[in-house]
Amino acid sequence: MDFQLNEEQQMLQDTVARLVRGEYSFEKRLEFSETELGFSADFWRQLSELGLTAVPFSEELGGFGGGGVDVQSVMTELGRGLCLEPYLQSVIFGGGLIGQAGNDNQKEQWLAGIASGELKAAVGLQEPQSFYDLNNVETRAEKNGEGYLLNGRKTVVIGGHCADVIVVSARTSGDTSNADGISLFALTPDTAGVERRTYPTIDGAKGCDITLNNVHVGADALLGEEGKAADVIEYQTGRAIAALCAEAVGVMEVSNDLTLDYLKQRKQFDVPIGKFQVLQHRMVDMMSELEQARSMAILAASVADSEQSDERRRVLAAAKNVVGRAGQFISESGIQMHGGIGMSWEYNFAHYAKRLIGINHQLGDDDFHLEHYASLLQAS
Amino acid sequence: MDMNYTADELAFRDEVRTFLDEKLPEDIATKVKSFKKLSKEDHQRWQKILAEKGWYATHWPEEYGGVKWTPVQKHIWDEESCRYGVPRSIPFGVNMVAPVIIKFGNEEQKQKYLPRILSGEDWWCQGYSEPGAGSDLASVKTRAVREGDHYIVNGQKTWTTLGQHANMIFCLVRTNTEVKKQEGISFLLIDMNTPGITVRPIITLDGEHEVNEVFFQDVKVPVENLVGEEDKGWTYAKYLLTYERTGLAGIGLSKAALSHLKRLASRRLKNGKPLLEDPTFSQRIAKVEIDLTAAAISNLRIIASVEGGGMPGAESSMLKVKGTEIRQSISDLARRAIGPYALPFVEEEMNLDYEGEFLSDSDAAPLSAYYFNNRKLSIFGGSNEIQKNIVSKMILGL
Ligand SMILES: Cc1cc2nc3c(=O)[nH]c(=O)nc-3n(C[C@H](O)[C@H](O)[C@H](O)COP(=O)(O)OP(=O)(O)OC[C@H]3O[C@@H](n4cnc5c(N)ncnc54)[C@H](O)[C@@H]3O)c2cc1C
Ligand SMILES: Cc1cc2nc3c(=O)[nH]c(=O)nc-3n(C[C@H](O)[C@H](O)[C@H](O)COP(=O)(O)OP(=O)(O)OC[C@H]3O[C@@H](n4cnc5c(N)ncnc54)[C@H](O)[C@@H]3O)c2cc1C
Repeated sequence: MDFQLNEEQQMLQDTVARLVRGEYSFEKRLEFSETELGFSADFWRQLSELGLTAVPFSEELGGFGGGGVDVQSVMTELGRGLCLEPYLQSVIFGGGLIGQAGNDNQKEQWLAGIASGELKAAVGLQEPQSFYDLNNVETRAEKNGEGYLLNGRKTVVIGGHCADVIVVSARTSGDTSNADGISLFALTPDTAGVERRTYPTIDGAKGCDITLNNVHVGADALLGEEGKAADVIEYQTGRAIAALCAEAVGVMEVSNDLTLDYLKQRKQFDVPIGKFQVLQHRMVDMMSELEQARSMAILAASVADSEQSDERRRVLAAAKNVVGRAGQFISESGIQMHGGIGMSWEYNFAHYAKRLIGINHQLGDDDFHLEHYASLLQAS
Repeated sequence: MDMNYTADELAFRDEVRTFLDEKLPEDIATKVKSFKKLSKEDHQRWQKILAEKGWYATHWPEEYGGVKWTPVQKHIWDEESCRYGVPRSIPFGVNMVAPVIIKFGNEEQKQKYLPRILSGEDWWCQGYSEPGAGSDLASVKTRAVREGDHYIVNGQKTWTTLGQHANMIFCLVRTNTEVKKQEGISFLLIDMNTPGITVRPIITLDGEHEVNEVFFQDVKVPVENLVGEEDKGWTYAKYLLTYERTGLAGIGLSKAALSHLKRLASRRLKNGKPLLEDPTFSQRIAKVEIDLTAAAISNLRIIASVEGGGMPGAESSMLKVKGTEIRQSISDLARRAIGPYALPFVEEEMNLDYEGEFLSDSDAAPLSAYYFNNRKLSIFGGSNEIQKNIVSKMILGL
């Protein structure tokens, strides 16, 4: 048993850490967040130049086939910087779906660009009625000559506003909640009938809702076998969950560091507030919540790329559940112990706190994953 | 033991309901019920209506234009007005500085300020907290030095709620640095239009401009604006804080927020069924409703003991902690209820006059922001940690 990163993984993490430290001050992040793009094109370019956008891809695509732990090293550092770039959406999730479901032509068309960072992918699986259930799909894809006609609505597509390709799910058969009958399409947003409404998110990023109004796509837009996408979606969502958990750990680390510093610095009643035992114990709880989350993020990374199984499903559900709960505890406790300052937009803690809550609303919240885990409980 | 209202109390409740049915403007009620933003004008419009009815100043003696409600009547008003979507009255004038002026101010001050509070001519804000004086309020540093007929005030206040709308601020200022910190504080009324005062917005994490920093540079304040005696301000400040705390449990607000949550959960879907029928989510709602039922009764018990001649003391601290925890849980659940829609932050959809299409619906738009905004409840008015310190000291003798 060895919980240490190996040398390459450590180097990878250090590289990202250096980059984030150099480029992602709190003030700059606020500026990036307010631009139309919503992140730093320059930082994205640097990620690409250092080969970081290629990490999980094969050598031909400029990567080294990095697994869960490599991705974890990158994501945790991006989390520490509260980075806004669509690494998760494009490199992990979008790239993962196309890589698993796509045929050679489609991979050629998209993956090299995604790996090099020249192209950005996003993923549109949720719908107004779906809550977090990705098998709940009402968007229809009807056969139309050689291709398909898409109608429906995809919602809260993070990074969708600037994506060159959006992987969307649509139903080619079956009822709203059937796993069977779901298909995936690689959609270019300039296709006629695709309408995007872009908005900021509560945690500083950008996303969009996508209305599909009689959108014609060719047969070459279909990713994988018609009607059989549910397994691919589940598998790749799992990889994305592992990556998101790793990001969360980075966010929590900084949240805790900031709070601990504040407890030592801030004086009331002539002593540092960290002298008050009730705050000491809450800080200890924040630390142990972080460690619970870190353990689960490590476990999640270790199964992210393994073959699908109930064990993999359980681990990923458990990880996202722990991260959701720990994140909310750290977010709320940190604000509380900062007092009024914790509520201020101009101080960085609040933005970490918001990201932690935001993460709980991405790819399923703690309740959703608790239920999923319970449905997979093993009789001992 | 009688848990029911008397006939008189029931009659009063009917009167309240009739009044609200007839007089509460619908646009205002809609904003309140859906957590939309209220403008200064909204507040003033409603205040006029209340003042005409004679129901604006419920803590004041009748001779100053108040109405003498029993604690139970106040409670009935609180419950009904929350249910109807009455805007929470901005407390700084009517419920904070006025009781202090009435109890400790001189006749001239009463004649000057109370009518202007009633008429809405003055909008007050509270200048207690400073960057270095939050929980440890007695360590305020803003200095007031007497020079002839004036005090010269220098320093900074912060977290001043709605200070951007205010023309008057009541401040705790340091008039004596030689004595124990509680003994050198004075209570000063300051016109915000006096030269040397600068108000700077503080934007909170939900993007809202609700609080401010207020800077004082050589601000000349006439000595007649001192309330009571010099250096006795701490006594007045604490008197005011007990007034502040009793309202902070927010039972009525919780009840209103809970019915909003239930309406929301009856419309949002999970697995094709309303969330209200979802086992996990309905249990979460049930738990907070049960807690609220208990807190509401605790609140009534304390109210009843006040009516019987007792004083709400440290008990109100306990209520504040419980009450704010409940309000925070409800806004947590409201945010959870909208699932992925908790992420979009579309500020224009939070205004009532928004006419565009909603991303989800008009209910969902403000809920995340509202959740974050409500984190303040356990921080202000004496943080929940401070309230627990009070309970353990005053009630438990620890
Ligand atoms: C089943 C059992 C087996 C045990 N076995 C052993 C053994 O094998 N060898 C041995 O030496 N001892 C043993 N102990 C004793 C054990 O170590 C003591 O009970 C323990 O150290 C607490 O001391 P106490 O009981 O005197 O409680 P106290 O120290 O009086 O504590 C009472 C309460 O006050 C709290 N408290 C005390 N100080 C603080 C503080 N500074 N801050 C916050 N809270 C505080 C405690 O957490 C506790 O809740 C055993 C006890 C039990 C119950
Ligand atoms: C939205 C908002 C509106 C406000 N409006 C006003 C206003 O209109 N006018 C005004 O004057 N003020 C206002 N305040 C200020 C508010 O009263 C203070 O924020 C509050 O008193 C806490 O002070 P602080 O923020 O300096 O936190 P601190 O006092 O620095 O507290 C930081 C943390 O330490 C804890 N702590 C401090 N002392 C102890 C102790 N002895 N034991 C245990 N824990 C302790 C606190 O509970 C908190 O968790 C407002 C605040 C907010 C957030």
